[in-house]
Amino acid sequence: MKSASGSVLYDVPGPRARARNMVLNVIGAVLIAAAGWYVYDKFAQDPKGPQTSQWDPEKWKPFLEGDTWDNFLLPGIEGTLKAAALAAVLAMAFGTLCAVGRMSTIRPVAWIAAAVIEFFRAVPLLIMMIFLWLAPTKLFGADANVFLAVVLALMFYNGAVIAEVIRAGVQALPRGQREAGAAIGLTNAQVMRLILLPQALRAMLPAIVAQLVVLLKDSALGYIIGYAELLRQGNNIATNNGNLVPALLVIAAIFIVMNLALTGLANWIERRTRRRGRTAATVGHADVVPPAAGTGAAL
Amino acid sequence: MDVIIEAFPDILQAFWLNIRLALYSGVLALVLGTLLAAFRVSPVPLLRLIGTVWVNTIRNTPLTLVITFMLFGLSYQLGVTFSDTISENVFWLAVVGLGVYTAAFVCEVLRAGINTVDVGQSEAARSLGFTFTQNLRLVILPQAFRAVIAPLGSTFIALIKNTTIAVVIGVTTAEGINESSGLMRTLIEFNGDQTILIFAVFALGFVIITLPIGLLTSWAAKRLGGVR
Repeated sequence: MKSASGSVLYDVPGPRARARNMVLNVIGAVLIAAAGWYVYDKFAQDPKGPQTSQWDPEKWKPFLEGDTWDNFLLPGIEGTLKAAALAAVLAMAFGTLCAVGRMSTIRPVAWIAAAVIEFFRAVPLLIMMIFLWLAPTKLFGADANVFLAVVLALMFYNGAVIAEVIRAGVQALPRGQREAGAAIGLTNAQVMRLILLPQALRAMLPAIVAQLVVLLKDSALGYIIGYAELLRQGNNIATNNGNLVPALLVIAAIFIVMNLALTGLANWIERRTRRRGRTAATVGHADVVPPAAGTGAAL
Repeated sequence: MDVIIEAFPDILQAFWLNIRLALYSGVLALVLGTLLAAFRVSPVPLLRLIGTVWVNTIRNTPLTLVITFMLFGLSYQLGVTFSDTISENVFWLAVVGLGVYTAAFVCEVLRAGINTVDVGQSEAARSLGFTFTQNLRLVILPQAFRAVIAPLGSTFIALIKNTTIAVVIGVTTAEGINESSGLMRTLIEFNGDQTILIFAVFALGFVIITLPIGLLTSWAAKRLGGVR
């Protein structure tokens, strides 16, 4: 949807439209400034009493001190990344396995894989995480392992989503690929492993990386079951310094930077694969909605 | 089994709480998301900027953090209160958090839908002298919405599941019953030997809620999606 004005939705602005846009710009800027002032003003006072302004430098100073980073933020980032990285690798393996299972020519295998995928997609991640956290203790008397609960829950949910992405990728491949494989005498399993999967994985890489952003973000659910990830550590800083609001804002900023980096990686991969001529866009274009719409739903 | 029978009224209330959260925040997300999508394609640079910043900020922040901020930032610090009853107030704060978060996703889905509308539609509208808002309201959005029924359905299903995260700020009914993830935790804590059964009931509950929505939206998508 590109034209001279950058959009086909409206004409290139003439003098009147330019003037109107300018007025709207100014009105918008004033409203934003007013909202900004409101927030600034409210942050400067505490409803419960004076001397607790959120702009108090004492509340922000901890984030400039090495100790805070050494003891809280860096271990928090490490905890988040460790759980997310391990879960990402496991989710890829689990997802590929489920996708292959669901496309198996052996009916019972396909049914079981389909049931597994649908189950893990339907159950909220948090419900799964709480179950995996409490179950070992309640059922076997083992020590609760929050790390494992976070990683496994992330693996099951995101693995199931990735399985469907991979399946969509395989189904979007031209039929000739499978037929050619069969014609030269490959078994079904060989066709899947040697011909279909490599192409589908590469075509769907942007969508898969987008799901990994979701995974990284969802690792923050570990906060609720007490895993020492970034949000939990931010909370610990707040407990020590009484600066919950600044802590939340700093943690949010760190999360945004981490996710933008991962999104940037996804875009870079997409550009690279597009140069080579095969992308998620060309694979998915049979759909009414482009792949972006599908991934947008993954929250 | 006794645990489930005994706690069944509570479980129903817990799920009803999740559904109410999803319904209110779903409406909020749809309205806000449509507005944001309109912002992002509008001719006014500032509105485009607002849309882009909103989507990129919210989409990359964990929902747990967004909802936590609703209580400690929006309510305690900015003084936004919806009700004097604590449970009511927390409920609406969770609705706002979920709505604001989901709106970013609705916006992106809708923007993708706008891109699927044939360029000729918009060109025809412009050649008839439609303004941007008329073009969007009368020509583009009605077609875009039809194209994204299925992804919007997935977004809504994700929203229903996300309502469990409202537990971080302690959303409860007026009688003090937690929403489902909180209630499941309590039930398991006190009935450890029934862990699997309790989990199965809650898991099944979500399957029962989300399955019809998936079927309904894919049916509606086929029925109303239109041929292109």
